[in-house]
Amino acid sequence: MTRYFLNQDCRENKKKPQDNCNESASKKLETHKRSKKKPSIKKSQSELEALVTVVKYKRKPWRGRNHEDDRLAAAKVQPPWTRKSKRVPVQDEKLARHSRGEGLSGDGIKTKFYQKKLKKHEADIQFSIEQAARAELLLPEESGFLVADEDELTTQFSQQQIASSVDIASATKHFDLHLAEFGPYRMNYSRNGRFLLIGGRRGHVAAIDWVTKRLLCEVNVMEAVYDVQWLHVETMFAVAQKQWLYIYDNQGIELHCIKRLSKVLRMEFLPYHFLLATASEEGFLSWLDISIGQMVSQFNTRMGRLNLMTHNPYNAVVCLGHSKGIVTMWSPNVKEPLSKMLCHQHPLQSLTVDSQGRYMATAAVDRTLKVWDVRKLEGPLQQYKLHAVASNLAFSQRGLLAVGMGNVVEVYRDCCQKSADRPYLRHRLFKRIGNMEYCPYEDVLGVATDNGFTSLIIPGSGEPNFDALECNPFQSKSQRREAEVKSLLEKIQPEFITLDPTVITDVHIPTLKDKVEAKKKLLFLKPPKIDFQPRNKSGKKKGTVKVAQTKRIVREGQRREFVKTLKETGIDKISSSQEVESCIASVKHKTFNALDRFKPKEKKQEKG
Amino acid sequence: MKVKVLSRNPDYYLRETKRDIHKVPRNYDPSLHPFEGLREYTRALNAVKLERVFAKPFVGNLDGHQDGVSCLGKNPQHLSLLVSGSYDGEVRLWDLPQQKCVRNFRAHDGYVRGITFLPDGQQFVTVGDDKTIKIWKTDLPDWGEEEEPTNTYISKSVIVGVSHHQKEPMFATCGEVCQVWEEDRNEPIRTFQWGVDSLHDVSFNPIETHLLATCASDRSIILYDTRDTGPVRKVIMRLRCNRLCWNPMEAFIFTCANEDYNLYTFDTRKLKQPLKVHMDHVSAVTTVDYSPTGQEFVSGGYDKSVRIFEHGKNHSRDVYHTKRMQRLTCVLWSMDDKYILCGSDEMNIRMWKARSAEKLGVLRPRERSALNYSEALKEKFVSHPQIRRIARHRQIPKHIYHAQKELRTIKLKQKRKEANRRAHSKPGTVPFVSEKKQHVVEEQE
Repeated sequence: MTRYFLNQDCRENKKKPQDNCNESASKKLETHKRSKKKPSIKKSQSELEALVTVVKYKRKPWRGRNHEDDRLAAAKVQPPWTRKSKRVPVQDEKLARHSRGEGLSGDGIKTKFYQKKLKKHEADIQFSIEQAARAELLLPEESGFLVADEDELTTQFSQQQIASSVDIASATKHFDLHLAEFGPYRMNYSRNGRFLLIGGRRGHVAAIDWVTKRLLCEVNVMEAVYDVQWLHVETMFAVAQKQWLYIYDNQGIELHCIKRLSKVLRMEFLPYHFLLATASEEGFLSWLDISIGQMVSQFNTRMGRLNLMTHNPYNAVVCLGHSKGIVTMWSPNVKEPLSKMLCHQHPLQSLTVDSQGRYMATAAVDRTLKVWDVRKLEGPLQQYKLHAVASNLAFSQRGLLAVGMGNVVEVYRDCCQKSADRPYLRHRLFKRIGNMEYCPYEDVLGVATDNGFTSLIIPGSGEPNFDALECNPFQSKSQRREAEVKSLLEKIQPEFITLDPTVITDVHIPTLKDKVEAKKKLLFLKPPKIDFQPRNKSGKKKGTVKVAQTKRIVREGQRREFVKTLKETGIDKISSSQEVESCIASVKHKTFNALDRFKPKEKKQEKG
Repeated sequence: MKVKVLSRNPDYYLRETKRDIHKVPRNYDPSLHPFEGLREYTRALNAVKLERVFAKPFVGNLDGHQDGVSCLGKNPQHLSLLVSGSYDGEVRLWDLPQQKCVRNFRAHDGYVRGITFLPDGQQFVTVGDDKTIKIWKTDLPDWGEEEEPTNTYISKSVIVGVSHHQKEPMFATCGEVCQVWEEDRNEPIRTFQWGVDSLHDVSFNPIETHLLATCASDRSIILYDTRDTGPVRKVIMRLRCNRLCWNPMEAFIFTCANEDYNLYTFDTRKLKQPLKVHMDHVSAVTTVDYSPTGQEFVSGGYDKSVRIFEHGKNHSRDVYHTKRMQRLTCVLWSMDDKYILCGSDEMNIRMWKARSAEKLGVLRPRERSALNYSEALKEKFVSHPQIRRIARHRQIPKHIYHAQKELRTIKLKQKRKEANRRAHSKPGTVPFVSEKKQHVVEEQE
């Protein structure tokens, strides 16, 4: 291999006779090849580099000195296996993006073996982070943007202006659907952003491939429709109708009517858990596992009518907004809210959580908009006073916040960490907004209104590079099927829905609360049951009263003994359940020896 | 104004023809991959369940012997050839890939006690109860020729075991005494004796090639050096050792199968106590063999089961059993580290996979990477209770289950008794003795 490269080099050098130095070097190389004499030390820098690059990728075990090594030594270049790689360092911000937090320092580890092991493990993690950060170089797309000139503001550009100044394919992403008869509408984008589902209050449900504008199906369910929601693939969607919840396929055929979910107002689909979370008019919150068709949990929240619902994509916790200005977070495992936040003094009007689970935006009827840190459950980070009540909120993948106020949509950029003083974009619609949502992986905001649907171009809102194994807008049928199977295999169990989803990777250390509870439990320990049958010494038949009496006496004695040992060992000292068991065991195994009867009685001893 | 909107050219994301592979652009940004830990955990759980589903270790059995299989010979050069000897003096040569007997002949009167290959793999030595040592060729005899050993040695004393030197034309036998023979001499060149009436296993060290170890009936393990005139060292145990096997990777480590249901790994430099006590068998362990990597070893016992132990672990990694397999007489770990062979009392030789869930045959790159990934996941989540429970679970026959239970109670009882004795004696008179030290009586030089 190396020899081949060397030859090539020589040939290339020959072609350029004007470079004297190179030529001489190449001649020397040739002579070396033929006569196998030791080559001269003097070499041009370029020649040297050529050599180094040749040898760099050679993965041959060390087989003693050879000519190449001699040459390298002569040039004072270290052989590649002793030299550290000279890769271009990765930018810190890229590393930070891929970092999973600080590693372990290994302070508490006693043995050198495990210290070494941990160190190696940490190095592996570091390496993988670096590789992932390096791979960003390969990402094909860059995000969109809208930059105003000096005397302009981005807010002043209308959708028509934007659409006219972008390419044709992008311009088609701004469109209106005029559906005056069956409104007000609600809409939902599928997970890969390719498909759009709209549902009108008066029964009109339609599924559209909005990129190609191909209609998948259009039906009128002849009933009031409150909410629509795509399920894990674009072949199924759920519709919350007047009485019950129905599931249709992408041709509009009714697959299921779920009567256990009645009077549903809002739905959220948790894609990794395969759960359809629904909130009903009567205050019931339920999670339906759509992979097995089982109700995971269903209970009354006792919070009244639930018409504000969203879920946190980071931890799959369902967030509800209430008329008392509070936001509650729910998991199917606990019948009480995981947390209750008093966000506003007035009834909540809308809420949304961003895709990375960092920020939550809430709006109330007093025209305030607040941004909260939803990981720490703290805030507000920002507080805005709007000029109208924000009835709808939506976060995009890149953190743009869309605020719907009546028939106006305003989009804010960088509004969570800093306070934004003016909107990034504004658009006025003809009718009131029903709901709105950013299209994943596209620079598009979909707005459902009273008389149809409008798709707005918001440059810079969508994630430019998708991961085809996660969500693929260009998915083929076979890819979809494969992805469905894969995702079903790694369905996360509903027991894992908690505020912190990373707990499973942490080391389990019992908290103080656990310890205190373990101690408390001890106090209510029951003495061990004994199966005791008194011996019939005399051989005569005895009355059952006598037997029962003896049994009772023995049992009493046992109990007293148990309490005594518990006291002796000291409840404070007992920490683990093992010790408790040993304590029980010690009571159990205390046997009465035949010779014990000659011992002085204990009570008397104590008195004396 | 400057404006740019995301606009993907479908040509970059869709395959050109139907015969092309799908394009799969990746983005490793963690924000696009939520629930990382939980999904990995679920994958690990699936992986460990699938491992149990695919754990079908039995490959096949070789039947043909008319009597119980007494010994197996491991060919150092060829993977496909196996030689087995039985209690009726018959020796059979097997073609392992085809699972067929290629040749059989009567080698000895009475038992065939031991088989060992010469380093070239072309010839093997058998010893029998008729006090003879015979060297045979693995090749078939020519047409018309009779099955004849190339060489026969007659010993003056009973011989029960044989082991060949790793390189030189020299082999050792044991019986009443330990003898070292050279291939071209009819008399043993050296005889070792250390006050024992019978030795029942002998084994040459594969690395320190002059070192030799035997198991003696006085419960001892004796080490010899062939360059020396007398034995080197001896360690006496509570009960006798049945079989001994050297670690092929670490020169000074050997493992012996003991009558007291345990296996012991010793370091020759420190025989006072074993390095590890491997417990799990519920009856006497009769045989043991190391994997060529030296990381694992397999043992067979009187409890009709084969167990696989990892080198430094106290408890077995896996247990193999079938309804029909009787008491094991010999086990063998194949030289490619993939199979385990075991011979048992009921005339069959069984072939098992060394790793029960391993897929046999060629793996495609994607398959291999998937397997590697699931291995890594299993290792990452190994201490999670659910995963550990599934990974550890084994179905075991009823008799082993009950025996385990009984042994557990016995052990508890002994512990309790000792504790009682300690509690009621003068402090210090009943010392704590570690499990390792309990089984060794003394070391002699």
